[in-house]
Formats: sequence, structure tokens, C-alpha cells
Amino acid sequence: MLTVSDLDILELEAMANTIRQDIIRMLVSAGSGHAGGPLGMAEVFTALYFRVMRHNPDNPDWEERDRLVLSNGHICAVRYAAMARSGYFPVDELLTYRKIDSRLQGHPHNLSLPGLENTGGPLGQGLSQAIGRCLAARMDDKDYRVYCAMSDGEHDEGQTWEALMFAGNHKLRNLTTLLDRNNIQIDGHTEDIFPLEPLRAKYEAVKWHVIEIDGHNIRQIIEACGEAKAVYEKPTAIICHTIPGKGVDYMENEPEWHGKAPSAEMGERALEQLHAEGERIRNGIAKLRG
Amino acid sequence: MKIVNQDAHLVESLFGNDVKKAATRDGYGQALLELAETDPDVVVLSADLTESTRTLEFSKRYPERFIEAGVAEQNMAGMAAGLAFEGKIPFVSSFAVFSPGRNWDQIRVSICYSKANVKIGGSHTGLTTGGDGATHQALEDIAMMRCLPNMVVLAPCDVIETKKATIAAARHKGPVYIRFARDKTPVFTTDKTPFEIGKAVVFREGSDAAIIACGTMVYPALQASEELAALGLSVMVVDSPSIKPIDIETIVASAKDTGAIVTCEEHQIYGGLGGAVAEVLAARFPVPQEFVGVNDTFGESGEPRELWDKYGLTVDHIVKAVTKAVARKGGY
Repeated sequence: MLTVSDLDILELEAMANTIRQDIIRMLVSAGSGHAGGPLGMAEVFTALYFRVMRHNPDNPDWEERDRLVLSNGHICAVRYAAMARSGYFPVDELLTYRKIDSRLQGHPHNLSLPGLENTGGPLGQGLSQAIGRCLAARMDDKDYRVYCAMSDGEHDEGQTWEALMFAGNHKLRNLTTLLDRNNIQIDGHTEDIFPLEPLRAKYEAVKWHVIEIDGHNIRQIIEACGEAKAVYEKPTAIICHTIPGKGVDYMENEPEWHGKAPSAEMGERALEQLHAEGERIRNGIAKLRG
Repeated sequence: MKIVNQDAHLVESLFGNDVKKAATRDGYGQALLELAETDPDVVVLSADLTESTRTLEFSKRYPERFIEAGVAEQNMAGMAAGLAFEGKIPFVSSFAVFSPGRNWDQIRVSICYSKANVKIGGSHTGLTTGGDGATHQALEDIAMMRCLPNMVVLAPCDVIETKKATIAAARHKGPVYIRFARDKTPVFTTDKTPFEIGKAVVFREGSDAAIIACGTMVYPALQASEELAALGLSVMVVDSPSIKPIDIETIVASAKDTGAIVTCEEHQIYGGLGGAVAEVLAARFPVPQEFVGVNDTFGESGEPRELWDKYGLTVDHIVKAVTKAVARKGGY
């Protein structure tokens, strides 16, 4: 099992906070985009890019890298911010998000930006692509892992279940999904619109190993990804219970913030709250360092 | 005058009783076996239609490179994209009504927009699917695939050309759709007949009109040209297996040389080869054009011959269309 010190965790939390601030600035600058999902997945993407995945920002096509497929492409702001912060491209470029001639398309396009593994947006398509990569790894005897970030809402799509059954039947142990269980979709709460529960039992019925975690707890994210590596004979789904809009009080748990951007003024309010949280984390780091 | 273009290298006895018959889907299966021998990256996926798509032999000989996707065409297309991103050359195999029929969005986003090197083999196209009825007769697949950026669309005319098209698809870097059919149809090209993505081939020379055809309608087009010759009309026949990219040069030349065009396809008139030809000619060299194809309707169960008769795809229909196109030359 990976050993992660309390200091490491706090530093990763500070990075997640920075990424949240990037997301707010991107959305305000673009004037459109998605807020809820990206803010809710800040810890997951921080853990993946800064701790879990084998990757090299200077060599995005490195053959031995772990692959990250983003199925619910609309939360790409969090991926772009995590990529910029880990060195794939300049942080300044984040403000081109959704603008003409930008590499940062409103829904990510694999050919627009090195380091993106897939094009995503129309829901339900990512897991199938992740499976294709796993099958290729098996044929070629490669040991890279394939991660797939997904939303709960895209479990409405039939393709998701075609893919889940296939992966379970084929015992794709190099596949790990990180499922953003934030309970919202565009029209409201998932359990009102198109109920998914009992989700864990459904996954287990189609032969997946399931780990449920607090998706804002970085230690739990890292440990779950470690556990997934140790599971043979099954793919692993990490159900990350998250709060959509996490870190901004007026966005948290509000379906209306799924797909909209804050005004400049609302963005300032969000940044004030995130700055205060960042300050608390930095104080904690200072205390640990003595 | 030699009316059959010698450079097309068609069979000697083009209209004889000894013309052999074979299904175009056989050519797909044969090509996959040939490709597998030389290219370890070729992978085949099937959606519970392995025998029907002629991929059964591949699945037996190369089980480690064969993926049974089950009746799940959307996942199959997505998996193919993932395999392609890792350097494989996946051939997605099913009936065309299912693939590309029910996985169009996956083909659009995961394959075409992403430029995944995926090949899609659509079998059982056209009315010749027969007794299974309209649900299984793909008549819209060319239209669906032709409008997608980055997609190549091929509709070969016999088993030999289907084999060549499949091999050419594997060599081409990028998405390709190949349509073929269930029923046995005449084998009238040879190994020497030219085939190239983006090229049409003049099978028969002529000066009064040109028939531009694809797939199973190329042979009836040749038969029609023979009947028209008896009526005193000299009719060119162009085989246009590459619907996208389409051979602009050959099509424009055929319009300039003859002044009247008839397109023939076992597909809806809307959105098919006829539309592609009309797009070329309207912008470059407009001439009267008639369309032989299925006219905005679904098919039904029946024998292929009966269906061609009922839905307007026989030699007789082609003859009438040519006569009409020629009559329109003066303008009406």
C-alpha cells in the first residue's frame, strides 16, 4: 500500500484548492461552462495527476503511461486545470477555455491538446474506449492502467451498461473507474429523474469490484486506487461520493449549477471563499512543518 | 468499337450464363484472413453476427485478435476506438442496420471526430437482404456515413472488389465504412480490375449517357447498357465504389462526354450516391440526371428479384431512366 504522509495530503489539498480557483476563473472568463461537476471532482483529479498516475507532462504520448479517459467530458475544466498545474501547458492558457481557436474545447477533443486520451461529451462513450485500451494492453502484454472518470448521470445511457457488462465478463483488471456520485443531473436529483440505486449492487451483479469513498478525501482516493491495483480478476469501480459545486456555498448540491458559469461578481464571491479555504490549508501545512 | 473498357479487366464473358455468383460479404471475410496473416494489428469485432458477417473463420484462426462484443453495437464501436488509439486496426462487423444504424453517435464522436483508425463493415445492405424484411434491409447507411467528416465510404460491386476495398481500408489511415450484402450476385470483375479509394472506373465506354453505379447495381447497369445498345444508345457505365471521397474528375468527365447522367444504387435516393454525384455536377458541370434507387420508402419481405422489381431497381428501370435522361438533354 502507498504510504502518504499527512503533509503530503495537505499539500494535495492545497493543489485541489488551487484547481478550484482555476475552474472559477475559467468559467467567469468563458461566460459559460459547467461548475458543479468540476468543483466536485477537484480532489479526484488532483490525486490522479499528482499522485496516482504514471505519466510525464513532457512526453504526453509516453507509451508506458497510465491512460485517463474522461467520459463525462463536460467536467473538462477540472482536467484542464489539473493538466496545466502538472505542467502539460501554461496555466495562462486556461483562460482560453471555450474561446475561438483554443486548444481547450468546451467538451474535450483528443486531437486538440496533447495529453487528452479521448473526445468526450455525449455521455456514455468513455468507458467503451477505456475498455478498448485495456484489451489492447492485454493483447500486447503492457502493464499500463486505464482510469476512466465517469458521472452518475451517464448511467442512464444504455451504452454504459453494455460496457460495464463487457468489462466485468472479461475480467479487465487493468481498468479502474472513478464514478462521480454527486446525485445531480441537469433536470434535478438523479434519484428523482432516473433512479440509479442500488448502484453498488448493480455493479457487483455485473462482476465489478466496488469501493465506496468520500470523494473529497484524498487519502481515501489514493488508497482506493491502490486497492484497485491489487484486485485481480475484476475491474474496479471507485464510487466517489462528492458534493457538486464543492467549496462554493451557493453552488453546493444545487442542480442549477450543473451547467452554468458564475457572473464576474458571483465569481469573486466564490474566489473569496476558496481563498479562505486555501489559507486554512496553508496554515495547516505550516503547523505540520513546525 | 470495343465498348467494354479493356483497362477495367472485367470477366471475358460478361453477360454469359457462366458468370459466377458470390456474396460480397464473402470478400470481406476473405480479406480479413489475408490481412491477418501479414498484419498483427488487425483485430476483428463482431456483434453476435460472426457467421453472417463472414468473420467466423477469423475468430477460429485468430481467437486472441477476435472480440465478441455481443448484441451491443454502441460499446463495440467505442471499444474499437480505444483499440485504434493503441495502434490496432479494428474491423467492426455487423449488419449495417445495426452498425452504423444504431451506433451513429459513437461513430461520429469516438471515431470520426477523434480520427480513430476504425473500419466498419456493414453487411446485409439493400433490399437483397430479402425475407428478413425492412427492419434488416439497410437503405440509409451511405447517407448516415457520407455526412461525417473524416469518414471514407466504400460500396464495392462484387466479391472481388469487396476484398480489395477491405484491404484498401486497412491500408488507409482513418475511419472507413464498407457496405456489402448478403445475397449472391454476379462476379464480373477480376483481380486485375483497378481499385483505389477515391477513384471511379469506367467499365464501359459510351457517348449518349453515363450510368454511375455502386454496389449490387453495377452489374444491372452493365446489362442495361447492353439493352440500350440494341436500342441504338451508346451508354457509358462507371463503377463508383468510392462514394467518399468521390472521384470528381471521372464524374465530371462522364458528364462532359455524354451530357446525361443516371445514378444507380441499392439505397435511398435521398443522401446516397446519386446525391453525391449531383453535388459534384451541380457545382461544376450540370447536366440532366435521373436517379435509380429506393424512393423514400421502406422495403418489405420477399425474394430479392421481386423486391428489385417492386421498388424500381431492375435493368428495365435503369433502361427507362437512361432514356428519360437522354430525352431531357434538350432541356425541359
